[in-house]
Amino acid sequence: MAFLDLQRLEKSFGANHVVKSFDLGIKQGEFVSLLGPSGCGKTTVLRMVAGFETPSAGAIVIDGQDVTDQRPNQRNIGMVFQAYALFPNMTVAENVAFGLKIKGLPKPEAEARVREMLGLIGLTDFGSRYPFQLSGGQQQRVALARALAPRPRVLLLDEPLSALDAKIRVSLRAEIREIQQKLGITTIFVTHDQEEALSMSDRVVVMNGGQAEQVGTPFEIYNQPCTKFVANFVGTLNTLQAVILDGAEGEVAIAGVPLRLPQAISGPRGADIAVALRPEAVHLSTAWQSEGDVTLAATVSEVQFMGSVIRLKAKVSGGVLALDTFNRADAPPPKLGAQIGLAFTPRDLIVLQK
Amino acid sequence: MKRFWSWAAFGLGVCYFFLPLVGMLEFSLKMRRGSYSLDAYASVLGDPQFQATFAYSTVMALLTIVFGVLIVVPTVYWVRLKLPRLRPVVEFITLLPLVIPPIVIVFGYIRLFNTSSWLPLTGSSSGTNLLLMLGYSVLSLPYMYRAVDTGLASIDLRTLTEAAQSLGAGWVTVLARVILPNVLVAVLSGAFLTFAIVIGEYVFAALLDRPAFGPYLVWAGGNKAYEPAALAVMTFALTWGCMALIQLVPRLFKHQRAQR
Ligand SMILES: Nc1ncnc2c1ncn2[C@@H]1O[C@H](COP(=O)(O)OP(=O)(O)O)[C@@H](O)[C@H]1O
Ligand SMILES: [Mg+2]
Repeated sequence: MAFLDLQRLEKSFGANHVVKSFDLGIKQGEFVSLLGPSGCGKTTVLRMVAGFETPSAGAIVIDGQDVTDQRPNQRNIGMVFQAYALFPNMTVAENVAFGLKIKGLPKPEAEARVREMLGLIGLTDFGSRYPFQLSGGQQQRVALARALAPRPRVLLLDEPLSALDAKIRVSLRAEIREIQQKLGITTIFVTHDQEEALSMSDRVVVMNGGQAEQVGTPFEIYNQPCTKFVANFVGTLNTLQAVILDGAEGEVAIAGVPLRLPQAISGPRGADIAVALRPEAVHLSTAWQSEGDVTLAATVSEVQFMGSVIRLKAKVSGGVLALDTFNRADAPPPKLGAQIGLAFTPRDLIVLQK
Repeated sequence: MKRFWSWAAFGLGVCYFFLPLVGMLEFSLKMRRGSYSLDAYASVLGDPQFQATFAYSTVMALLTIVFGVLIVVPTVYWVRLKLPRLRPVVEFITLLPLVIPPIVIVFGYIRLFNTSSWLPLTGSSSGTNLLLMLGYSVLSLPYMYRAVDTGLASIDLRTLTEAAQSLGAGWVTVLARVILPNVLVAVLSGAFLTFAIVIGEYVFAALLDRPAFGPYLVWAGGNKAYEPAALAVMTFALTWGCMALIQLVPRLFKHQRAQR
């Protein structure tokens, strides 16, 4: 039984069906990310869990208790917002103590808790400052401490890093994950940044059009995307057209080159299917050709020198393949328009459902 | 040349505005024959009538402010948060007191709440005081509403409310501990305007027959020579003092915050 259970959640705003049949079970202490493009309903799911939106249908169960009809202030759920939302009229310490005061925690205990929380976020000496005297990263850490202080059952974060500089974003990622693991708190993290979701989470839910399109560990999501949407959204993806030769044997042809897929596929002979290939699975055929590789003839159409990595795009018959190669001082990258061979292992091909 | 004319126009405006004031000030200092003195002011301040009416109006103003804040802050908050489509309607309603003459409002009150009506407020002095306070709240509504509305526009109402709610706060706590402290400056400027309006108000107080400062001003004007000028100067200074405080308070607050 999951600790936090979202059961067939639905949400419509008027005629706008925003969340569709959303199922998700989260174990105690698990860190789950909702990943998807803007407008796909991530925030709405989170706000239903927090109690700020009422589901049109479905139920939310926390620790065996149905909270669907509870008001937000009865749920004991911590929330961190993109815009920090610190109370401007209170000091950092007062902000962190806010939830404790409402709970009626005795003063010495509350003070000890505030000190513990400020220690946790590394802002021990900032208790008497006001929010406007802090940087964005510091404010967001205070917001995290404030949400965690009353020891909530669940922590919700809605794009908490989106308003911050790139550098702070990356360091705060690690910090949030560390605190989450230290406290063992069940967490839902909403983001549209795939790197964030993959690097922080135990599991990732990729959302599209109000639905959970795929749920899995970051490794599964990245390496075995089950739809074209997931594959495209999580990382850069090459999609190629393939023609079925023998479905049961997994034999197809790409650009006229026959090869065998790692799995059997359904479909009549001669039908088109979509397969995908990660940029890092493709390499220049002259470089490290190995046994069983397939080589396609290609024309270089774009060269991006990015330092240690060179990102190439090359036309093959019926598509464009992107690939990354490492920079080597003794081997300059191919020129624009050069004829090259692109090699990959058929094992790396991902069959997409749609 | 153009400059000259604009300065001339400006000078003319200043004279038009300030000369009567200077004249009044000068006159108010001439109670003692042959020399300037503050005798008129001493006479006004020593008048028990003045003390009683001024105290009455001050208390009324404070009650009006408290009542206005209790009504307006939650209303503006709720409209902004939950009923944004009703905002134009509410705004229109709060503007009505500027359009409807006070005399019309007060006659309406007297008809509605006279001793033979369903709610005979005018039957007792405390009831009439209450009615007067409610009337003052209506008069100050446009100013209070606008001040609070501007104040609430400057903070992220929804997110602050949700943050407080997720920490366990109910509506009263949200309003009292999070919203009100953050719009205090705006509320104060509304309060000073309300004070300035109530202190000098005549029509409501006279028709409801209350011992307020406005009717006293008029009475003094008809019965004394030098004192009305002194009174006028004093009320003028008071109003300007309120306006200066409106300008000053926000700066004071920021200063305080930055220092702490
Ligand atoms: N309160 C609301 N009223 C009407 N439509 C809303 C409301 N909140 C969100 N929506 C709509 O729901 C959709 C999903 O929004 P949201 O959950 O915020 O997406 P995301 O967080 O993934 O960007 C959007 O099309 C948005 O316009
Ligand atoms: Mg969102």
